Amino acid sequence: MDQIFVEAKSRTLELLKPFLPEWGLILASILMSIKVFAVLGPVTMMYLTLLERKVVGRMQNRIGPNRVGKWGLLQPFADGVKMLTKEDIVPAGADPVLHFMAPVLIVVPALLVFAVLPFGRGMTGVDLNIGLLYFLAVSSTTTIAIFMASWGSRNKFSLLGGMRSVAQMISYEIPMVLSVVPVILIAGSLSTNTIVEAQSSLWFAATPWGFFAFVIFFLCGVAECNRSPFDLPEAESEIIAGFHTEYSGMKFALFYMAEFMNSFTVSAMCATLFLGGWQGPLLPSWAWFMLKTYSLIFVMIWFRGTLPRFRVDHLMGLAWKFLLPLTMINIFAVGFWYFNAGIVRWLGTAGILVLSFWTLSRLNQDYVLEKRVYRFAD
Amino acid sequence: MNELQWGVKLALYAVMGLSIIAALGTVMLPNLFHSALALIGVLLGSAVIFLALHADFLAAVQILLYVGAVMTLVIFVIMLTERLNDKTLVQRNSQSIAAAIASVVFLFLTVKTILKTAWPVPASPVPPVEVSDLGAALMGEFVFPFEVISVILLATLVGAIVIAKKDKPA
Amino acid sequence: MIIPLEHFLIFGAVIFTIGIYGALTRRNLIGILISIELILNAVNINLIAFSRTHADNPVAGQIFAFFVIAMAAAAAAVGLAIVLALFRVRKTILSDEIDLLKW
Repeated sequence: MDQIFVEAKSRTLELLKPFLPEWGLILASILMSIKVFAVLGPVTMMYLTLLERKVVGRMQNRIGPNRVGKWGLLQPFADGVKMLTKEDIVPAGADPVLHFMAPVLIVVPALLVFAVLPFGRGMTGVDLNIGLLYFLAVSSTTTIAIFMASWGSRNKFSLLGGMRSVAQMISYEIPMVLSVVPVILIAGSLSTNTIVEAQSSLWFAATPWGFFAFVIFFLCGVAECNRSPFDLPEAESEIIAGFHTEYSGMKFALFYMAEFMNSFTVSAMCATLFLGGWQGPLLPSWAWFMLKTYSLIFVMIWFRGTLPRFRVDHLMGLAWKFLLPLTMINIFAVGFWYFNAGIVRWLGTAGILVLSFWTLSRLNQDYVLEKRVYRFAD
Repeated sequence: MNELQWGVKLALYAVMGLSIIAALGTVMLPNLFHSALALIGVLLGSAVIFLALHADFLAAVQILLYVGAVMTLVIFVIMLTERLNDKTLVQRNSQSIAAAIASVVFLFLTVKTILKTAWPVPASPVPPVEVSDLGAALMGEFVFPFEVISVILLATLVGAIVIAKKDKPA
Repeated sequence: MIIPLEHFLIFGAVIFTIGIYGALTRRNLIGILISIELILNAVNINLIAFSRTHADNPVAGQIFAFFVIAMAAAAAAVGLAIVLALFRVRKTILSDEIDLLKW
């Protein structure tokens, strides 16, 4: 049951063996993996939109969409048909190359990351030995596509939303990259499969440094996906729709798809790095992976339904003044963990981290405003 | 398996050709944003070449740093310093013909030298470099340049902020 | 090696030459900076090609390329800060309009 997909793939390859030459078999194997991801990505995104609408609806004390198909299960198809049939409006002064390429270039990194996610035991797309660095590198190219979208639209609100979005994304990339350094230190490798197998005895999120790193990575991932509470760049009540204001129809659907695929991959990576990936007692490995990923996605949707939006200076202040020093102290704490043993390392690491968290939150408190003095004209 | 080798070789030559076209676009396109995008194309092409040369860590670092950070900075500054009448201006200055001739002569001489040199073949094939080897080298043999470059980057950070700051009104 | 070494070196040389042509020719200051990035990238290709084929210390080539990337980022950052400051004062970034020190 655990290896059902791996078995299916090898049986298919054996069926094809008499027909194809040797290089054809390798090509067929690669194409099968790519086809699985190319189908999995958009289908995931479609059902994530439905999940979000129903969960946010329940949090707002209403039922989500339930007309199209039982429990609204065919709603994504209705949404797809709507987006495909909308008119594709390109603004007159827009730069045609930039305006056209931006939605394409934003989906490409979101899809490329699916290749390094360990979906189950032996079910990674490509087991690169720099898997984690590949994830970080490819997801950092999303900023270029957002620039292209905001600049090519020739719209002041687009430009403003795009600049804010890029500033937010590059600010939150740094704590994200630094917060996975402890995981790399303890697991000893950048390959996602090796990191999952290094958690066979103890999940990294159960250790003090791992817990802090997990929370920081998750928060930075939510910020990278431009989701609430970090969704100032696309806030409807403030900036129309930010960098994707001037996009309609299928191009908007591509932006939407990229955002949801990004949130899936960030949750999946978080589950891989900190929550033990596909490890678990009873269920098959791919079921555990999906369970952990979807519970993190549920937490993201929970954030959206509950928390108000950050103000832009609070947003940047959180990244640079709070999360960045905390990640650096986390790296120091994991060094302490590595060189000690037993109860000393648990108490020591927890002590260092709790103390630094408390100090940073005290240092980052807004100053108390002075009492105002009113002077009236006499 | 020979066919796969041929396929990979063809793909590498195609990537090299596309990178050269993108580099030509970088220096010749009048619209600055388009030329920045062409530079991103060249950087991605050279990241693929790094992968072909078994330098996978460096390929990922090139995409993370160069494309993700340096080009973002360049595009930010392009967007901040754009003037409306820049699009109709010609982007070559008065010495373009002399520069073209000089560059072609330089290229010709360089290629001739490369083709003439008998590059020594190593006795045994070079072992591929692992990420852990790079880490050990950075902390072992190359620790002094590592520390120096951290000081340089600190100086760059402080310097860039100081230079680009707006002056406070008196 | 999948492709002979000379082809990688010629590729590096071509990109280097295109970068030099751009650095000599572009009027826009940011265009000049972009061409300098091309030059540094061509150097990296050369370094990695040699590290793969001929080095008796192959790590050194990759570390060198790593430091070149870091230095290129630093140079680009400071150069762009200067361009921003210049734009604020002179309202132009074309290199032939910034000629106050010309004799």
